[in-house]
Amino acid sequence: MNLWIWLLLACALAYAWKLAGYFVPAKLLKDPRMSRVAGTMTIGLLASLTIVNTVASGQALAADARLGALAAAAVALAFRAPFLLVVLLGAGTAALLRLLGWN
Amino acid sequence: MPFRRSAPKLLASPAVRVGLSISIATGLYGISFGALSVTSGLDFWQTMALSLLLFSGGSQFAFIGVVAGGGSGVAAMSAATLLGMRNGIYGMQLNALLHPTGWRRFVAAQLTIDESTATSSGQTDPAEQQRGFWTAGIGIYVLWNLFTAVGALAGSGLGDPKQWGLDGAAVAAFLALLWPRLKGREPAAIAVVCALATVVAVPFVPAGVPILIAAVVAALIGWFSHGRSDEGLEPDVDPYEEHHHGHGHGNPHGNGDARRAGL
Repeated sequence: MNLWIWLLLACALAYAWKLAGYFVPAKLLKDPRMSRVAGTMTIGLLASLTIVNTVASGQALAADARLGALAAAAVALAFRAPFLLVVLLGAGTAALLRLLGWN
Repeated sequence: MPFRRSAPKLLASPAVRVGLSISIATGLYGISFGALSVTSGLDFWQTMALSLLLFSGGSQFAFIGVVAGGGSGVAAMSAATLLGMRNGIYGMQLNALLHPTGWRRFVAAQLTIDESTATSSGQTDPAEQQRGFWTAGIGIYVLWNLFTAVGALAGSGLGDPKQWGLDGAAVAAFLALLWPRLKGREPAAIAVVCALATVVAVPFVPAGVPILIAAVVAALIGWFSHGRSDEGLEPDVDPYEEHHHGHGHGNPHGNGDARRAGL
């Protein structure tokens, strides 16, 4: 139940960002710093989420099959594979490595 | 409204055709979101609430990514919200481009995401910009939710998610969301710095918080450095990519140069 509250709040805030764009005076558009922060934060957050999901197990760091998934995804992306294929290759690689005994 | 045209005429519009193909490509990966969400510990309706109400792929993946890593609801909400800031920038661009009025403004806001913005701003004719936005926005909304449901139903029958490598799928999904934004040396450097900050922070702070630390680091870099103002603001799936194959880097959208020049 507790998660529902944060989830709905996240939904409300996401809509608030979107709506703010339509109601904020166009003058702010001329400030490139705003969009720069939005852009660098997008890169930073996605990079952080990638690495957390690869090497973190709670508060510990671990090297396991997920590293293989990261490598496989990088290769697929370098070959311009579509999103869904990249995800499937990531899953397949992690599953295969586990089958071979690397956790 | 952009749709006062007969169906054949509508399909003759390049923006509509691009909008439809981007809808299918983006909608389909809703399957991976749905499946990963239920295996992260969210139930079916929580998963659907994210797709119906939050409706922004990166933020949705961020929310479930933090939960899957054992992070708190507050941390999940914060990561999703910080990642949603760029939609505010898109909203300003689209407002200047489309001038929606009345209730349409509120609908347009909900449909404001990477892909609908890119489809619209890639057109030069104002009518085409309208058609591109609404086709991509509505098309992705419908298909994204449909395929989220499919993925959530399929995912809940999978049993042990690790056996299927679904944690590896999450890693791949985040890298795939990051990848198109790494055009040039600077965004790659930002990504590396933030990844390092995350790894250093993991043992010292509760799960979920390292992601927020990385967000602060990235925001500081953005605030104090002077690079392109549209860096990181690329769609996950570029609607105009097929027309620009082989051209290499750079924002291939029609108004990319205008945006780069500082809007």
